[in-house]
Amino acid sequence: MNEKQVEKSPRILTLVKGIIKENPLFVTLLGTCPALATTTSIESALGMGLLFMFVLIGSNIVISLLRKITPSEVKIPVYIVVIATFVTIVKMFSQAYLPELYSKLGVFISLIVVNCIVLGRAEAFASKNGVFDSFLDAIGNGIGYTLAIVIIAFFRELLGTGGFTFGKTLTFIPYIKFTPLKDYAISMFTMPTGGFLVLGVVLAFLAYRTNKKQEIEAFKEKEARRLSKEEAK
Amino acid sequence: MIVTFILAIINGMLVDNVILSRFYGICPFLGVSKKTNSALGMGVAVVFVIVLATLITWPLYHFVLVKAGIPYMDTITYILVIASLVQFVEMVIKKYSPSLYKALGVYLPLITTNCAVLGVAQGNTDQGLTFLMSLSNALGTSLGFLLIIVVFSCIRTRLEASNVPKCLKGVPIALITAALMSLAFIGLNGMINI
Repeated sequence: MNEKQVEKSPRILTLVKGIIKENPLFVTLLGTCPALATTTSIESALGMGLLFMFVLIGSNIVISLLRKITPSEVKIPVYIVVIATFVTIVKMFSQAYLPELYSKLGVFISLIVVNCIVLGRAEAFASKNGVFDSFLDAIGNGIGYTLAIVIIAFFRELLGTGGFTFGKTLTFIPYIKFTPLKDYAISMFTMPTGGFLVLGVVLAFLAYRTNKKQEIEAFKEKEARRLSKEEAK
Repeated sequence: MIVTFILAIINGMLVDNVILSRFYGICPFLGVSKKTNSALGMGVAVVFVIVLATLITWPLYHFVLVKAGIPYMDTITYILVIASLVQFVEMVIKKYSPSLYKALGVYLPLITTNCAVLGVAQGNTDQGLTFLMSLSNALGTSLGFLLIIVVFSCIRTRLEASNVPKCLKGVPIALITAALMSLAFIGLNGMINI
């Protein structure tokens, strides 16, 4: 491996880590409130994810810039004020340019302030790393979170309404309504119940996969040990 | 008026429950509901902070922020009020009732990031509720939180002992149980019209 690759790989790792390996919703189980409340349709989940990503990027950059002059006693209040400022910006922006999204998400835009992921990334990453790394970390985590809530919303919208509707909340994309399974829709999935159920099943599926992987690895290790023992004989 | 007040409390507590239908405070709901004692402690602390926060933020919004022409600063103001309130409550309890502090101490700092507190404060002013209705909303919401988290912790202690498939252990089965509870609570929909 040449020097350039060694230098580059941690950066890419910072970006990719948040998407799958340390997905903020599925792995660390943070930010569950908006993940359940705003996932009745793919569109509102996407909108929430984008607003969330903007707040995360902004707050990570500013906190990283301030990391050397922030006294450690007032760390958390400083973070909260920075985050709340970005949330207010996002709130006013969506109120002006995306009124449908604003009314659909309602109080959950303000609640990005208390989303543990933003504060968590500020405390765990941005307060210790440089501006560019914090920026990458924010993008990775933002994409990871958006992806996670879109997955939940995909199942909830498909099962709850029998198809997908676009262009209703995010008005800048063209209006498409595609509901082939309308007669078989289970409206329970667009209700709160569906949110809990889908998140529970998705988490169970992920746990199942991790368990399986661990089992296979344990089996391989055992085999390798057995083989080496036989060879020694 | 008293009837409306009481009805609003019951509405917030049972019909429009914070956790099961409005999705506020899922993080502590999943995190602190493993033991009934800690669930009770968390619930009581949340009731305390939500009611106090409403008592402070409502006048602050209507008599300071609106008068000063900066109502858009509400989120920043509320979160600062809540954070300092939590700190203040922690100090007061520590000074005057060490036994209560021992019981609630660990849960108090967690409340700052509980969305139920900010959600109630923000919702009250967003919907333009009167002071009395805000107070009943705060009481109903927080009592609903207390009720559900305690009931859920009882179910969870039973779940720990039962034979659950390996992949469902822990949080997944808890979420599915919450889904069933929420399904049961849908039955109360439309019971109260205010």
